[in-house]
Amino acid sequence: MNAARDFAAKLARHPSGLAAGAFIALLVVVALSVGFVPQFDPYSLSNESMQAPSTAALLGTDELGRSVLAGVLYGTRVSLTVGFFAALFATVIGILIGSAAGFYGGWLDIMVMRVSEFFQVIPSFILAAVIVAMTGTGLPQIIAVVSLLAWPQVARVMRGEVMRVKQLEFVDGVRCLGISERDVLAHEVIPNAVAPVLAVGTLIVGQAILLEASLSFLGLSSPEVVSWGRMLNSGQRFLFNAWWLSFFPGTAIFVTVLAFNLFGDAVGAVLNPRTAR
Amino acid sequence: MRSYVLSRLGWGMLIVFAILVLNFVIVHLVPGDPVHALLGDFPVPPGYAEQVRADFGLDQPIATQLGLYLVNLAQGNLGFSFANRMPVLDLILARLGPTLLLMLPALFFAAVLGIVLGLAAAPRAGSVQDSALTAVSLFGYSVPIFWLGQMLVIVFAIDLGWLPAQGMKSMREELTGTGAVLDVLKHLLLPGFSVMIYYVAIVARVARASVGEALHHDYVLTAQAKGLSRRTILWHHVLPNAMIPVVTVIGYNFGLSLTGAILVETVFAWPGIGNLFITSITNRDYPVLQGVFLFAAISVVIINILTDLLYALLDPRVRTTHERSA
Repeated sequence: MNAARDFAAKLARHPSGLAAGAFIALLVVVALSVGFVPQFDPYSLSNESMQAPSTAALLGTDELGRSVLAGVLYGTRVSLTVGFFAALFATVIGILIGSAAGFYGGWLDIMVMRVSEFFQVIPSFILAAVIVAMTGTGLPQIIAVVSLLAWPQVARVMRGEVMRVKQLEFVDGVRCLGISERDVLAHEVIPNAVAPVLAVGTLIVGQAILLEASLSFLGLSSPEVVSWGRMLNSGQRFLFNAWWLSFFPGTAIFVTVLAFNLFGDAVGAVLNPRTAR
Repeated sequence: MRSYVLSRLGWGMLIVFAILVLNFVIVHLVPGDPVHALLGDFPVPPGYAEQVRADFGLDQPIATQLGLYLVNLAQGNLGFSFANRMPVLDLILARLGPTLLLMLPALFFAAVLGIVLGLAAAPRAGSVQDSALTAVSLFGYSVPIFWLGQMLVIVFAIDLGWLPAQGMKSMREELTGTGAVLDVLKHLLLPGFSVMIYYVAIVARVARASVGEALHHDYVLTAQAKGLSRRTILWHHVLPNAMIPVVTVIGYNFGLSLTGAILVETVFAWPGIGNLFITSITNRDYPVLQGVFLFAAISVVIINILTDLLYALLDPRVRTTHERSA
């Protein structure tokens, strides 16, 4: 656990990153616990519709009398689920493909670089919207689409790191022990190359949350699931008389994405060997 | 230079081919009959489905289908939207004007603002200007621009009543001449600002980095030794050299600004491609959705190639390096 303590100590030198990390931890707690608090039921209707924020309804109510506060708290579940899983899949796929390309080189490398270039060029949000509109708006589809669009970012960084690490002397040393190339890659090169990729993964969480919110805002999400983007989609109709329906869910998206960006930058500064030392 | 142009064109054709194949794959990813993916949910006249089935050879082997799909698209046949009673391509072209009107000024002002910020921040790391740039770029990267649009509407259109909330021109009065131009400009201000902000973030970061790098070149030292003022050095020596990466980043991110326009148009009921896209989502008008993606993707490829060529014109090193390696 020395590595973890070392990481925490270095992270402490980035106060904004640390604050962002604490905020993310708070979001996780909210997402995990909000379902157990009956007062925060985002589906419960009431006669108190379109109430402006007050002590009775802290963030106001919508056109069906549902609590905006409960919706904002519930929205953490969709955003964090999409963010974490999409980033996880994109990172794993990117690590596998990127390390294979960087380690073996040749035609595999050329192919991978061309494919990742392709994903960088095409307008990915429009593609995501078309796929989700045509194949279904469930969370699994959205997570799959976001991972599909995001893995090349990871793969590029991983490829570069693997190309750097595989030239280091200790790798040749390990080879002399007669270990197979695949084991050299899996047990020696990847563990030493993976750190900078984790920062990219953290940034992808923020991108995924923003992408999911944008899709939901366009109506590309299940209407039964409470999400911040969905709330903004319905709030759009009431911009003229109920500012709170848009203000609070949007603030939630903004602050959350900002937190992941700040945290990702800090993680990057700590983990990237080129900038850390 | 000629071999450079040819290689970029070849690259572009390869990417366009991949985009078409991707679109074909999406059609077949849709659960159920692929003819449904080609038609959408809007009711079509009797017999049309059979015609599409025959045109695209949907009862043939998959390779033949791909071939027919490519042939159809190569002829500019992006399908027909029965919801709008118009061919998809005509529909998109009709909406192109308003979208460009929204995007191009935003790109221009983002470039100017981003460069000014970058120039102010780069020579003074850790200064107020530098922190301001960091704040602006973090804001730009993190804010959902459609929400920013909504907030601008609430403040400037609804509360203060300074600017119109929606549309591209006033409905109540028939304006002509300067009046009409000013009217459109008034409508453009809020959505244009929303589209611009993300770009300012991107351009400012790149501008700071490239100005910072340019400052370390020997010619800056020479200029200082000649006794030139700081201002002259920045504007006449550093800026022209630092501009190249900035031009590139603007060109490469053209697709993102199209995406931004799509999201912002929804908030402001701006009558462009974004609005068409969102109505087609609601109508499940699949041919239009696929058409917008194809159109956007192909324009992005073209803009990318133009950017590369511009880069090669601005910086002779690019084309000579290519010729040496070729």
